[in-house]
Amino acid sequence: MKQNRASAGDTILRLLTFLMAVGVVGLIIWVGWEMFSSAKESINAFGWSFVTNRVWDPVKQNFGALPFIYGTIVTSLIALVVAGPIGLGVAIFLNEMAPGKVRSLISFLVELLAAIPSVVYGLWGIFVLAPLLRDYVEPWLEKWFGFLPLFQGSAVGLGMLSGGLILAIMILPTIAAISREVMAAVPDSQREAALALGATKWEMVRVAVLAYAKSGILGGVMLGLGRALGETMAVTMVIGNRPDILPSLFAPAYSMAAVIANEFTEATYNLYLSSLVEIGLILFGITLVLNAFARLLVWSVARGPKGGHLV
Amino acid sequence: MSSRLRKYRNALMLGIFTLCTLLALIPLFGVLGYVVKNGISALNLEFFTSLPQPMGVAGGGMANAIVGTLILIAIAGVLGIPTGILAAIYLTEYDRVSWLSTLVRFTTDVLTGIPSIIIGIVVYTTLVMKTGNFSAFAGGVALAIIMVPLVIRSTEEMLKLVPQTIREAGYALGIPRWRTILRIVLPTAAKGILTGAMLAVARAAGETAPLLFTALGNQYWAHSLNEPIAALPLQIYQYATSPYKDWHRQAWAGSLVLIFLVIILSFVARLAFRNRKNF
Repeated sequence: MKQNRASAGDTILRLLTFLMAVGVVGLIIWVGWEMFSSAKESINAFGWSFVTNRVWDPVKQNFGALPFIYGTIVTSLIALVVAGPIGLGVAIFLNEMAPGKVRSLISFLVELLAAIPSVVYGLWGIFVLAPLLRDYVEPWLEKWFGFLPLFQGSAVGLGMLSGGLILAIMILPTIAAISREVMAAVPDSQREAALALGATKWEMVRVAVLAYAKSGILGGVMLGLGRALGETMAVTMVIGNRPDILPSLFAPAYSMAAVIANEFTEATYNLYLSSLVEIGLILFGITLVLNAFARLLVWSVARGPKGGHLV
Repeated sequence: MSSRLRKYRNALMLGIFTLCTLLALIPLFGVLGYVVKNGISALNLEFFTSLPQPMGVAGGGMANAIVGTLILIAIAGVLGIPTGILAAIYLTEYDRVSWLSTLVRFTTDVLTGIPSIIIGIVVYTTLVMKTGNFSAFAGGVALAIIMVPLVIRSTEEMLKLVPQTIREAGYALGIPRWRTILRIVLPTAAKGILTGAMLAVARAAGETAPLLFTALGNQYWAHSLNEPIAALPLQIYQYATSPYKDWHRQAWAGSLVLIFLVIILSFVARLAFRNRKNF
């Protein structure tokens, strides 16, 4: 009797936890399926031209995602170019150079950077960063690098450069934290071997740490990129929200997440809504693949699937 | 390469890494500094006790948004925390090594990288469109979905720290496995699990994008979970992008309150964790 009750309890708990665990896998499939079925109308109406069409005109029912894809890619690349090297530098400083107390203080501060809500970054972007860029940075860039089409045009502040820099700040903690995690997984014997051969600290970092951890670091950078691609609020607030494709980084643009955020509740007819969902579906597809690939890279160096044997 | 050149290069690179770290901290102090400076000057009792004023009218506050955020994270917590803990129990107690648990872990990691606005869209096309209205409940569900993978990951870490001998002690006393898990393993890791849950709540509290088409926002008090509800991040967004000076001031004040809430949640969690790193 008692035995029965025990096994019944086990069956129930096992089943319940099993359902929740499998539910996570179900959740991601459900998200994909749900988006696909809501985007179907737009997919049927525009086909592949949706991603190559540069016109977004709800009045004429003509929808193309290219301006949003462009804005998303450019801002994310700016973020990557700025935050990638700096994030890596922070990770090296924390893992290889900083003494214990400094290390825990600075990693706390970097975590704090990640904890600030994105809407607050957006607010700061509008009222602090954008005016700063408009009045000082953009005129300076134009003066010295104005021969490049990237740095021409009127400095308005709100545009792709602001969006990219805000994103850089936001993805920096991700890149730093993951890079540090994979560097921490490098065995000390590698470092000792390099030092024993007479390497300086930098040479040790280069030949022992970076060489060993590079695929994991690449994974961390890709996770940062994924975050940049999908980040919504801060970008929406500073990118200028104009569906144009202009070469200048000072120019206002639009991102995929931003157009969804701005127009979703205003979509007055089904095709409009469906087109917005299709943009979401593209974003979902890209971030899904990017994240999956990045996690595999990180897992290959540190953590692993985190299973371990059950005794 | 001469050894002096190598030494210079070494010093140069180490200097660059230090510089990177200092550079990374500038925006942190920049953002916090401005939020505190502009926020404090706009913060007063009225901010915590009154409803927003109509456009152009000075004064008013964000009482409904503060309460709204608390309600939303409460709904999200009630839905998301138990789900995450149960899934984590499966991964540590019942099935650590199979392909299925690897798949679940992988999906969990990938899920944390999915843009939160996507979750908003899906909750809209299912819950909001089917019930026909924006609601606090829909907002809570969206935030819960964002919390679940975070809770699973942190809970799993904590449960793995529980020594195997503690489980074996339970079995040796003839306690069935499910009771060992619920009465011995979970309580042993309780503090760490709560810490993780609190960090997930803190993360959810600052989310805006998934609330845009679910909770929607509300200038008044919401009287049931079935109607649109205000939230601090939504209110900050609306005010920041408006042309009114007075609303900008309130957006700074709202940001200060929101950051305070988020930092308190994560800071308290972290302190609790520090005291209980090993069992």
